[in-house]
Amino acid sequence: MYDCIVIGAGAIGSAIARELSRYSGKFLVLESQEDVCSGTTKANSAIVHAGYDAVPGSKKALYNVRGSELMEALSKELDFPYDRIGSLVICRKDQDRSELEKLLEQGKKNGVKDLRIIERDEIVQMEPHIADDIECALYAPTAAVVCPFGMCIAFAENAADNGVEFAFNAGVKEITKEDGHFVIKTATESYESKTVVNAAGVYADVLHNQVSSKKLHITPRKGEYELFDKSAGHHVSHTIFQLPSKLGKGILVTPTVHGNLLLGPTAEDIDDKEGTNTTAAGLSQVEKMAALSVKDLPYRDVITSFAGLRAHEDGGDFIIGECEDCKGFFDAAGIESPGLSSAPAIGVDVAEMVAKSLSLPKNEKFNGTRKGILDSKKLSFEERNELIKKNPAYGQIICRCESITAGEIIDAITRTLGARSLDGIKRRTRAGMGRCQAGFCTPRQMDLLEKYAHLTPEQVTKSGGNSILVFGKTK
Amino acid sequence: MEERHLTCIGCPMGCALTVTMDNGEVVSVTGNTCKRGDIYGRKEVTNPTRIVTSTVAVDGGKDAVVAVKTESDIPKGKIFDIVNALKGVRVKSPVHIGDVILKDVCGTGVDVVATRED
Amino acid sequence: MENYDLVIVGGGPAGLAAAISARKDGIDSILVLERDDRLGGILNQCIHNGFGLHTFNEELTGPEYAGRFISQLLDEKIEYRLNTMVMDISHERVVTAMNSKDGLFQVQAKAVVLAMGCRERSRGALNIPGYRPAGIYTAGCAQRLVNMEGEMPGKKVVILGSGDIGLIMARRMTLEGAKVEVVAELMPYSGGLKRNIVQCLDDFGIPLKLSHTVVNIEGKKRVEAVTIAEVGPDRKPIPGTEERYECDTLLLSCGLLPENELSKECGVEISRVTNGPVVNDSLETSVPGVFACGNVLHVHDLVDFVSMEAKNAGHYAASFIKNGGESDDKTIDVVCDGKVRYTVPQMIRPLDMEDTLTVRFRVANVYKSASVVVKAGGKELVRRRKQIMAPGEMEQVVLKKSDLADADKVEFGIEEA
Repeated sequence: MYDCIVIGAGAIGSAIARELSRYSGKFLVLESQEDVCSGTTKANSAIVHAGYDAVPGSKKALYNVRGSELMEALSKELDFPYDRIGSLVICRKDQDRSELEKLLEQGKKNGVKDLRIIERDEIVQMEPHIADDIECALYAPTAAVVCPFGMCIAFAENAADNGVEFAFNAGVKEITKEDGHFVIKTATESYESKTVVNAAGVYADVLHNQVSSKKLHITPRKGEYELFDKSAGHHVSHTIFQLPSKLGKGILVTPTVHGNLLLGPTAEDIDDKEGTNTTAAGLSQVEKMAALSVKDLPYRDVITSFAGLRAHEDGGDFIIGECEDCKGFFDAAGIESPGLSSAPAIGVDVAEMVAKSLSLPKNEKFNGTRKGILDSKKLSFEERNELIKKNPAYGQIICRCESITAGEIIDAITRTLGARSLDGIKRRTRAGMGRCQAGFCTPRQMDLLEKYAHLTPEQVTKSGGNSILVFGKTK
Repeated sequence: MEERHLTCIGCPMGCALTVTMDNGEVVSVTGNTCKRGDIYGRKEVTNPTRIVTSTVAVDGGKDAVVAVKTESDIPKGKIFDIVNALKGVRVKSPVHIGDVILKDVCGTGVDVVATRED
Repeated sequence: MENYDLVIVGGGPAGLAAAISARKDGIDSILVLERDDRLGGILNQCIHNGFGLHTFNEELTGPEYAGRFISQLLDEKIEYRLNTMVMDISHERVVTAMNSKDGLFQVQAKAVVLAMGCRERSRGALNIPGYRPAGIYTAGCAQRLVNMEGEMPGKKVVILGSGDIGLIMARRMTLEGAKVEVVAELMPYSGGLKRNIVQCLDDFGIPLKLSHTVVNIEGKKRVEAVTIAEVGPDRKPIPGTEERYECDTLLLSCGLLPENELSKECGVEISRVTNGPVVNDSLETSVPGVFACGNVLHVHDLVDFVSMEAKNAGHYAASFIKNGGESDDKTIDVVCDGKVRYTVPQMIRPLDMEDTLTVRFRVANVYKSASVVVKAGGKELVRRRKQIMAPGEMEQVVLKKSDLADADKVEFGIEEA
């Protein structure tokens, strides 16, 4: 019998799991995919919002501002990439400037620090490529960019290192409550737990509705993005938002924490909870709308496009807390933007709710620091040579575009909750994420997965399940 | 009379050739711009040949397979027979360019030789 | 810090030929740095025949062609390091490289030859909409899997792009038992050699659909289907022309891009047209003592021309090492009319150039019965009528030093009948 089973190993589920591991108990995370970070967390804007967008008093406002405050310290404690680059919400000449002032007021009410409205001269100083008809902007110096993979993986690894169990390829089929505890069935297993945390992203409504008569309804809201080569990464230096509309924050243009340039997302409500396909119309809208913010975007430097799904609940706010008509079932549902920014704070609160309900004691052995995969590029010449002498794998480049060595990839495969797929390696090391998009290194990464994850070539996948890469030997 | 339609591979023009045949004998080649089209057309309808390139499994080499080819042209109709004949062949490293891998493949009188060191 | 007269970045066909040529010109201290575990570069996986007609007067396979140059390199006892990645080249020609054995190391070179080759355009760069499942490979990646690793990357295949690697892989996959459903090509003409269309597609009854592109990819984990559609003259899909092919694999053969990240870091000026360095008649880039050749300079159609160009680069690097690269400084531009898309070199030093200069170029479209016209100093230097010129084929003309003495530029153009 588990004390708590967390369903979903995205940013939210992993953050909750990590915070739960501060308490003494038996915990399990169930993930439907082959790895953590495989749903909404892997395809979003990767922004830590300052917190001026959300309606004051809403859960979104509360968790965004608190999450944003926690993020920088966490990024050091858990060793994931984070950069406080600041953001601009821009207003064109023909738009209503009072909307910006409303945002400013809202931000102040939400407790966002150092917000101010700046005029065109100052904007041009900060962003020379800003579109010609931008008149003023709301500047939020506390906004940041983060690596969503790095954050989610760090939470999960730290949770696992502190005793939380993880099961992959374990999509939940059924939850029932019997004799005061929950029975959770996957395709192959049945688990029992005193409490359940529902962090299942776009599927959170399906799970919730199995145990509660107060129904949730989540619409997958698709967002399409284009990612540019690092050579275009300096085109802007802040996250540039457009004035928000009722469908969200519009198309943004931002550098990523790794130095690429990112455009997106669109906002399209769809039915398919796995409908992560891009469309010609969506991508052309991204380009058209981004051009309203920033000029001279170098479209020939696009290296990939992708789509993610936000879990939009009909009520429009996060649903955080114990289910009213099903005690012991805790929701972390309807987590759309600013979900990534809010994850650290949601993790703290939900873990505390669970721990209180079970009166769990503190985990005295909890160790909150975690060391990420070494980025050998950042070492000095001498340090790097020392490292290669100790472990020659760090001298062998596998991914040319991102300069990732065999050493880093082997670490990604063999560490806690190690990578089991090409996408798993990519999210942990960035191998294959560069301009050639794994054209060169796929066969070499396959070799390493075969050797260190003990797989046959036919068992190596891009992203688990049936995403096999080869069908067998030619001979 | 029988007509065969071909694309000439003599140059990038890619002339659309029509080869007229009678009882297996070439009567005429039309559609060509130059002499090369005529020669190609006649050969291709009477005795089309190809070099076959493929791989065979190698044990103990750098790679899983070693590259091979038929040492000279073989009849086009035998391409798949030759590829299939190579399926069961395993060689041991070291293999050098020019090593005979399979003699007189499929009765063509042509040897299959290695084309890569391994 | 180690010292070498000449460091060559890349041990593929370009790097090999450059090294051998520099050695023949008397340069003793040469180091070739190769990132792969063997010399020969991409030729090792190009196991089909058709290489070397111009160089050796016979048809060789890729590894055999490379093998001939590797033998020469070994005979000349030219030093090389395998599994070695060049990390940086400074403006002062300090080359920083890394491998497992030597760690990170630096070499001061008197001259550097860039011979890094090119990479394939990826699905992302093509911006094809749809899902992102496994089973989407560049043709070259699939070629490596089949021809080196002996693994079968697909059973039912659609190919986008009729570049030569795509055509070659259509045949290769068919021979290994896959069913290639169709090859779609965006342009109204194929980017590949006619011979390959006949011997790789027609021989096996594989349809080639010109003016078609992929408009959707289905399959959440592995490719399940690909939809292609006809494109109009604007290269945009025409609604209503969609055809859906059930398949498990999509191969992409949609163009090659010179790999110039190192060159850019070094400060080398890059052409927006070729994506390779801008060079003068001695194949020297904008950074003194740094030369370029092969597919890193511009994408070639035949490896024979890579070897010829690289031989020149090795020769010019050798004279730079011997003479210190003293130059009269005067350079004139080679100007293209747009129908001629680019030339290599893009600049000529009329006083310093050798007696003759081969200028290679590509045209922007298919031209039938048109003439290549080269003018300089008010004179027409070359007028050559060609039955056909196509973007997929490289063209060349030879210019004479004596014709260029007074010129302030050289103009390349196409005159249509």
